[in-house]
Amino acid sequence: MLTIKNYVRAESLEEAYELNQKKSSRVIGGMLWMRLSNFNIQTAIDLSGLGLDTIEESPEEFSIGAMVTLRQLEEHQGLGAYTQGALGESLRHIVGVQFRNLATVGGSIWGRFGFSDVLTMFLALDTWVELYQGGLMPLEEFARRRADRDILVRLILKKRPARCCYVSHRNTRTDFPVLAVSAVCLEGQYQVAVGARPGRAVLLRDQEKILEGGAAQGAEDFGRYAADRIPVGSNMRAQAEYRRHLCRVLTERAVREL
Amino acid sequence: MKYVNHPVRKKDAMSLLLGKPVFMDDLARPDCLIVKVLRSPHANALVEEIKTEAAKKVPGIEAIYTWEDVPQNRFTMAGQTYPEASPYDRLILDRHVRYVGDPVAIVAGENEKAVDRALKIIKVRYQVLEPVLDFRAAKDNAILVHPEDNWKALCQVGADNKRNLCASDVSGEGDVEAVLADCDVVIDETYHTLANQQAMMETFRTECYLDTYGRLNIFSSTQIVFHVRRIISNALGIPKSKIRVSKPRIGGGFGAKQTVVAEVFPAFVTWKTGKPSKMIFSREESQIASSPRHEMEMHVRLGANRDGKIRAIDLYTLSNTGAYGEHGPTTVGLSGHKSIPLYGSLEAHRFAYDVVYTNVMSAGAYRGYGATQGIFAVESAVNQLAMKLAMDPVELREKNMVREGQIMPAYYNEPANSCALDRCMARCSQLMNWKEKYPCRDMGNGKVRSVGVAMAMQGSGISGVDVGSATIRLSEDGLYNLTVGSGDMGTGSDTILAQMAADCLDCDVEDIMVFSADTDISPYDSGSYASSTTYITGKAVEKACGKLKEQILMKAAEALALPAEELEFSGKAVTHPASGRQISLAELATKFMCGNNSSFQVTESNSSPVSPPPFMVGMVEIELDKATGQVDIIDYKAVVDCGTPVNPNLARVQTEGGIVQGIGMALYENIQYTEKGRLKNNSFMQYKLPTRLDMGRLQVEFESSYEPTGPFGAKSIGEIVINTPSPAIAHAIANATGIWFRELPITSEKIAMALLEKEQ
Amino acid sequence: MKLTVTLNGKKIQEEISPDLVLLDFVRAHGCHSVKRGCDTSNCGLCTVFLDGKPVLSCSVLAARAEGRRVDTLEGLQEEAAEFAAFIADQGAEQCGFCNPGFVMNALALFRENPRPTDQEILTYLAGNLCRCSGYEGQLRGIRAFLEWKEGGGRA
Repeated sequence: MLTIKNYVRAESLEEAYELNQKKSSRVIGGMLWMRLSNFNIQTAIDLSGLGLDTIEESPEEFSIGAMVTLRQLEEHQGLGAYTQGALGESLRHIVGVQFRNLATVGGSIWGRFGFSDVLTMFLALDTWVELYQGGLMPLEEFARRRADRDILVRLILKKRPARCCYVSHRNTRTDFPVLAVSAVCLEGQYQVAVGARPGRAVLLRDQEKILEGGAAQGAEDFGRYAADRIPVGSNMRAQAEYRRHLCRVLTERAVREL
Repeated sequence: MKYVNHPVRKKDAMSLLLGKPVFMDDLARPDCLIVKVLRSPHANALVEEIKTEAAKKVPGIEAIYTWEDVPQNRFTMAGQTYPEASPYDRLILDRHVRYVGDPVAIVAGENEKAVDRALKIIKVRYQVLEPVLDFRAAKDNAILVHPEDNWKALCQVGADNKRNLCASDVSGEGDVEAVLADCDVVIDETYHTLANQQAMMETFRTECYLDTYGRLNIFSSTQIVFHVRRIISNALGIPKSKIRVSKPRIGGGFGAKQTVVAEVFPAFVTWKTGKPSKMIFSREESQIASSPRHEMEMHVRLGANRDGKIRAIDLYTLSNTGAYGEHGPTTVGLSGHKSIPLYGSLEAHRFAYDVVYTNVMSAGAYRGYGATQGIFAVESAVNQLAMKLAMDPVELREKNMVREGQIMPAYYNEPANSCALDRCMARCSQLMNWKEKYPCRDMGNGKVRSVGVAMAMQGSGISGVDVGSATIRLSEDGLYNLTVGSGDMGTGSDTILAQMAADCLDCDVEDIMVFSADTDISPYDSGSYASSTTYITGKAVEKACGKLKEQILMKAAEALALPAEELEFSGKAVTHPASGRQISLAELATKFMCGNNSSFQVTESNSSPVSPPPFMVGMVEIELDKATGQVDIIDYKAVVDCGTPVNPNLARVQTEGGIVQGIGMALYENIQYTEKGRLKNNSFMQYKLPTRLDMGRLQVEFESSYEPTGPFGAKSIGEIVINTPSPAIAHAIANATGIWFRELPITSEKIAMALLEKEQ
Repeated sequence: MKLTVTLNGKKIQEEISPDLVLLDFVRAHGCHSVKRGCDTSNCGLCTVFLDGKPVLSCSVLAARAEGRRVDTLEGLQEEAAEFAAFIADQGAEQCGFCNPGFVMNALALFRENPRPTDQEILTYLAGNLCRCSGYEGQLRGIRAFLEWKEGGGRA
């Protein structure tokens, strides 16, 4: 059972960062995953008071505060339009509205969970992570790193012209994905992020130019390419062999939509 | 009828919907000790040493008990009529722990934090033993789940703890081998179903306290107040007169609460300490240490002629009762007794079974109670037969199904006095547009739409065993108190019984005040299980109301000084048509509260020598994605013969709820153990119930027969409704893919991988 | 630590433990409609409104409700009763244990989207599990309620 000794609503990022340098401290996001843990937290650091719960859109980018909820993301019209609905598709399966009203972007991304739809979705786009200490870093790099004691402040999503499609397979509609694929064509560059492998989402670029002749023509081959390249494993939800098969099928389907 | 067969609103509906405090933990005393148990991490082990001293010193801890502190007489936690068929194989705490989750110590303390802390610092040294985890290898295994000498079976059910056998039997009629040998076609297949969780939304929970008289009061979310009293008496070794059991509203049961899962622990604590206590199971405990469905493997041999006449069924069921035998000997029986009789003109049948002990969580009673498993097997075999004979499975069934008036040899030779199975099939085919949709339609985008069908039956109470009783009393203002011992677990049985009483007594349903259930107050009822309340207790209500009417006429005769046989009871008053004189019911009731020598109250009991089966047909249409294996339920149509539906709304919702549970069993609800016997599906995160996005659209209708032995022609509805989805969905999947899946759940992974294999 | 919240319109100030969750806080204040159905944020039984938005109170630290408004079914009886009657008329309440969370989230849906399609209803309520009813009767009740509302809300 999770225990918390002190709760601090940080008044500045600096304060939050300082408090978080202790091993026994934890920054709390939506609390949905952390509450399942057995941590004995000395200091729980809440970023709720730092104005990080807004999505700002400029001509160049979306700036998404770490405390923005998944429901806010899902309902944001600008993000919906930019991703052609793919972002909404990646989110709407996540448990329920009440859950998504709590779960935060920061929590989802910071956790780098294998099952994360949010990470899978953003990984395929030109997304950057702003860390309090570490500054800006591509999400791809951040996703490979281990958790440290820095603080995730916001996501920056560059509005480069993109076509997007998100597909996933789930045992029940609101379960974690068995496999999720986020396919993106970013200014002519094709790439897919595959999540719930069940490991952390990874990005695969079309380095062999399979899709050069168009998404529809190359989709089948690219599906096979993805199934060959993306490492998959087994867990309670499926065996590796089925995931490999799904990786081919879902990648092909998602790419075909681009 | 003014109320029976009408969709009356449940008496407690608005209280429930508006969140009034009507459940156990809403009503529990604030000063209850919190009771939790320490659970074994091993599937089979002996407690060699258990150190509780440090834990006892945690501030707020009241008591910690281990196997050394509890009585050593074995008992069963199964809520069944005495003498129970389930073996006496339990202790409150046993030195020998038999599954991961078996209780090792009971901790009671002032608050949850203290109890959690104490649980953490109890030190146990185990002698870890090798477990028996494969139920196919359990019988006559060298490792015994219950090696103890004080294990005991009260009934002759073929149990033998030295063989890991909880029950074993063979029954039948005719020469099955000879008939099968003579058949043109024999389907010979094996089916496997898992230990699904009832997963009612309210977990197991009980509050206990000592009352003014020093008696142990048990306030529990239970379907079986009277059985709880006996079981606690057996477990604690105290007289039944010292125990009172009552129930508040129950947050769902589905059979789970027909076993004493939580009650013994707080009962023991309160009895020992004299202090009120309560135990609330966490969802994890409800998942890993409770009373789920029996896992079964069924071997079916089904013989038929080329023209589609089904001639013989041979069924062998292997049932896994887990670490303890609750409901083991009885559930298995239904796997044959409620599947084979669906076919009316068999020349021979045989039904054999073994129920084995293993080192996994003990099974219990879950809606369908073995029938669900058996019907999955037999109906799947019949569907496969249809495919093999290239016959429409609906026509094949029409040729063979049991008909009204037939004797059912595989159902204790009971006659099918009320059976509209044929009409159910006809109507359901219409609703589904079966002829057009069968077997499948390629949608051209890698998806196939297909349909599947299954029939089902169940019983209505346990024949010659179940007892229902009702006390009806005329009260002031001419209103009635109806007191029963059955437990409304959300089904609406309190309201249904009131509807019957209102029609018997020709009054408004609002004039019937229902109370259930309390062992000190209610007349005896074996409890709400085995689809018994409407049929068994309902008949008791009918009988009691009839007798009360006689009493009313007698008293009116006395009051009016007129002969009773010349009087008429109109509900509101008793009149003497000849003279026009009358006395209102209110007046009568009031009058006899002064200087009266006899009661205005009747108690009647009811038991039935038969258990008339309700019947049902379910048809499903699915869309199957051949690449991912994804199955989407498009439509589920069901037509049910439950005799007279006493409350069509409640009967419909029962049916819809049962179908969705059945869909969960068929497609989603997986039970997975680690190699060491730990159940992985320990939460709703890992045990996936269908959500409202997973069940398609449901349509339910009734084709009613009239059951002569039931109240107002009624039979049961509660359990039968879970039986058709598994075979119907497996059938639809076979029609879409050409592949039969005989192991549940049929996950998209299984389908996709089988399709890939087929392609190669 | 000290907590100040407005629970069902009433301001409450209290010393709480930092790891207390909102579910246990509101139950301790007599809001027994709020139920715990799972331990993993999957069932929806504990739904309350936090500043008007439906959330799982099992997963919110009470500390986080500081200065905010919390509403439970106890505080929304009238609004709820109007709707709940339509569920009662289907017999779809069944055991009732999931009802409060379901009713709360349905009210949230109606506030956000007064004219939802069937698909919108199912999607919005997907996080509310019910083991008894099979959901179909709940949908019938919701539809009947919405039609009644559409017709001016008279009997």
